[in-house]
Amino acid sequence: MIHDAAFTDPARERRIFAGRLFVTALVVAVMAVIIIARYVDLQINRHQNFATHSDNNRVHVRPSVPSRGLIYDRNGELLADNRPTYNLTIVRERSESLDNLLANVSELIAITDEDTKRFRKRLKRRKPFEQTPLKYNLTEEERGILAVNAFRLQGAEITARLTRFYPNRELFAHVIGYVGRINERESQSIDSIAYSGTDSIGKIGIEKYYEDQLLGTVGSENVETNARGRVMRILDSVDATPGDSLTLHLDSRLQKVAYDAFAGERGALVAIDVKTGGILSIVSAPSYDPNLFVSGISQKNYNQLINSPDRPMFDRAIRGQYPPGSTIKPLFGLIGLHNNSITMDYTINDPGYFFMEGIERPWRDHNSKRGGHGKGVDLAEAIIESCDVYFYKMSVKTGIDMLSNYSKVFGLGDITGIDLPGERPGIMPSRDWKQQARQEAWFNGDTINVSIGQGFMLATPLQLAVMSARIASRGKMIKPVLVQSINAAPVETEITDIPDLEVDSQYWDYVHRAMRDVVHSPKGTAKGISKGLDYEIAGKTGTAQVISIDAEEEYDSSKIEKNKWDHALFVAFAPVDDPQIAVGLIVENGEHGSSAAAPIARQVIETYMKSRPPGDGQLMAAESPLQGELR
Amino acid sequence: MYRDDFVRRIQSPGGDRRSARSMHLDITLLLTLVALCMGGLFVLYSASGQNLYFVKRQAVFMLFGFVAMIAVAQFPVRFWERWAIVFYIIGLLSLLAVMFFGVGAKGAQRWLDLGVTRFQPSELMKVAVPMTISAFLGKRFIPPSFQHVFISLSLILLPVLLIMNQPDLGTAILVFTSGFFVLFLAGLGKRYLLSAFLLLMAAIPSFWIFVMRDYQKQRVLTLLSPEDDKLGAGWNIIQSTTAIGSGGLAGKGWMQGTQSQLNFLPESHTDFIIAVLAEEFGLIGILSLCAVYFVFIGRCLFIALNSQSQFGRLVAGSLGLTFFIYVFVNMSMVSGILPVVGVPLPLISYGGTSVVALFLGFGILMAISTEPKRIRMEL
Repeated sequence: MIHDAAFTDPARERRIFAGRLFVTALVVAVMAVIIIARYVDLQINRHQNFATHSDNNRVHVRPSVPSRGLIYDRNGELLADNRPTYNLTIVRERSESLDNLLANVSELIAITDEDTKRFRKRLKRRKPFEQTPLKYNLTEEERGILAVNAFRLQGAEITARLTRFYPNRELFAHVIGYVGRINERESQSIDSIAYSGTDSIGKIGIEKYYEDQLLGTVGSENVETNARGRVMRILDSVDATPGDSLTLHLDSRLQKVAYDAFAGERGALVAIDVKTGGILSIVSAPSYDPNLFVSGISQKNYNQLINSPDRPMFDRAIRGQYPPGSTIKPLFGLIGLHNNSITMDYTINDPGYFFMEGIERPWRDHNSKRGGHGKGVDLAEAIIESCDVYFYKMSVKTGIDMLSNYSKVFGLGDITGIDLPGERPGIMPSRDWKQQARQEAWFNGDTINVSIGQGFMLATPLQLAVMSARIASRGKMIKPVLVQSINAAPVETEITDIPDLEVDSQYWDYVHRAMRDVVHSPKGTAKGISKGLDYEIAGKTGTAQVISIDAEEEYDSSKIEKNKWDHALFVAFAPVDDPQIAVGLIVENGEHGSSAAAPIARQVIETYMKSRPPGDGQLMAAESPLQGELR
Repeated sequence: MYRDDFVRRIQSPGGDRRSARSMHLDITLLLTLVALCMGGLFVLYSASGQNLYFVKRQAVFMLFGFVAMIAVAQFPVRFWERWAIVFYIIGLLSLLAVMFFGVGAKGAQRWLDLGVTRFQPSELMKVAVPMTISAFLGKRFIPPSFQHVFISLSLILLPVLLIMNQPDLGTAILVFTSGFFVLFLAGLGKRYLLSAFLLLMAAIPSFWIFVMRDYQKQRVLTLLSPEDDKLGAGWNIIQSTTAIGSGGLAGKGWMQGTQSQLNFLPESHTDFIIAVLAEEFGLIGILSLCAVYFVFIGRCLFIALNSQSQFGRLVAGSLGLTFFIYVFVNMSMVSGILPVVGVPLPLISYGGTSVVALFLGFGILMAISTEPKRIRMEL
């Protein structure tokens, strides 16, 4: 083989090669400049950005969630507890394919369409590498199945967290309320830092009112994670502070007695400690299980609650506004005496009806047979037998201005300021009120309607209880309050006299005596509950009309549907000589305060009196100075 | 024919580096190589998560490489010129063997399992192809005629297509480049260069449609906008640029790089190892490495320029330039200016065959460099 090389010109070859090498060396130099420029750009010009990005990469702030404050009753019984529950959560970044993962999970445990829908919604709002809950409250069996199959569920995790639990279920539903998932609207108004890691918030009741105290303070952990989101080490941490625990004035035994006493009837009861204003019991019946709401209530259960004709979700105790009926008579009597529009000796003749000058239509006496209470009816008898005509006359003498102004200082016509959200103010009508609400002038006829707690007048059961307590305490400014202490530090409650109200003590004695005789006199409308008492209860029955009955017509319950029957009301306090407990209650469509409402009050008062430790109040130890018939 | 072998044995006159030259070692190449290897092991220890296993294996490969390099350097250049075609054929057969008996990972078939160790024939071709083309053109007129260009291109494309089939686009490009450099240095006519350029432009669309696999296309698209798929294909580039950028001027310190130590950085001990170096030693580290590389490449080109034979010139020039392309492609892809193709950083990235293949090339460079100066009586 003859090589061409034998005939080559080495010098020319070298020249060609050197030329080419020179060109490539130039290109190499240019490329080298480009690449070095790139590294200079990254490492010098954009160093700050990348350094930040690098830190964001590795350091994650993880909230440490505080446990929500517990709620106890006055005896230390837990009313709202935190219990560990197990949820299935998913970190999207760690799952290879989200759809496959969801398919795998739903093969193992039941995942409803609603679960998936809510999960997708949450997925949109979460931060990267955040655990997104798919299913709450896993059963032990589900947990087992998931744990065994964990190897093919990469990205899914079972996480334990504390969840609110209400051991007394429906007993305290309205007053304690419940926590629920933070909704879209709430998430805009809350401090997102304080709630990081927390997914529930107080929705109603104490849980809502004391949300700030119960929530606690979120802590944080700076954790270094690797690319898969696994925590490698905790760099530093600030511990979470648990929420404050609340001790309430409520007594769960009393609450249970009161709730059970309604026995399926609709109604509400409020019992107040006369010495402190502490709410001993606050019941709205019927009720519901607040635990249903904690992890999100199912549509079916919710519809059931919302569509029930008994309206179990409605908090009648603070939001139900009813005509107070005759239960305000002792108060109006007291106002009359105090303002000298009547005296203790003032009597009337009750023919069973009352004619107002210039008005043809008479006002009937609802609480007597035809013929009325007869001659010589004084204030005491008018209260004991609930004579309407006496109050018709008395109210015209006193005038709406007096009645309205003094009623307000006894807690009617405005919110009482109880530590619960959503309280309603009721209505204590006045000239101004009517002008504003109805654009009409006030008539004497309106006063007559108000005099028996009807007409425009409305009050909540809470207001009735407060009124009762203020009468019981002889004019103390008793303010209803639920929370006794926060983290064992007592909440200051100062009981003062009602300002600018100096009622002669003989009037107080008179009214208390009259109220006692409502229960303890043989003529009293609530005499049925006096049997077997070893102390004295003062009370007043009431009946509130649901539909108006024509003056000439007789009210006959057998002819009308039950939901139009009269409401039965009762206010009471006991013991008369040294009042401890004041009660206000209503039984919707219960017809008569005496038969439907008073027995419930007696049960509550009886339970309270029996449960009080000996020495705490003298009960029947001394002779009551008020003993003896009035007349 | 074998007279040259005898000529080699004559001591070259004078010279301070007599002892090194007598061992047929180029002292500049040797020192830069030692510096690169030591530095590489240093970075590898950190990049592999303080895993001594990788470091030991890599050290063993390097030692083996040094021995192979010295052995290769002892043979005269003429020997390699004659035997180049044999290595080429062995390499080609191995590539065919990989096609049928190869083992692989991540959907690519690249290795031959030799029992003792795994062996990647495509790496060997990075040396065998430029040697063969140089040997072919070294004995012929340059600039090469059409016929010679055609034969050369065929010799290049045969292994390149086999490697692309594995698929291993990165190595295929490098093998092609190494062969093409020989043609270019041999004075490939401007017509050829222009038509090659036009052909390349025209070929890109069909290349995109018919040749490139989806994942390869994805890498190119990712380069254009890595933010589109932060957790998918864009992840690698975002994390590697973050690692480089966060290193700053002086770096975070050895074994202190959070990106690499916390596994944010993919392939940190192989293809992406320069990101670790950039993160932990900063721009100073990068520039130092570049400086060593440029001394090394400069020396290669110097050797090429002073080579006695056409074969020596072409091989040395091609090997030096290919070495630069290695560095350039790797540093570009990691810093996000080229798509991610599997090109390791020479002597720093972990990988046995790559190291050994490189050292074989360096052995030939040394043989060329220490080729005795002699007056060849041509004609």
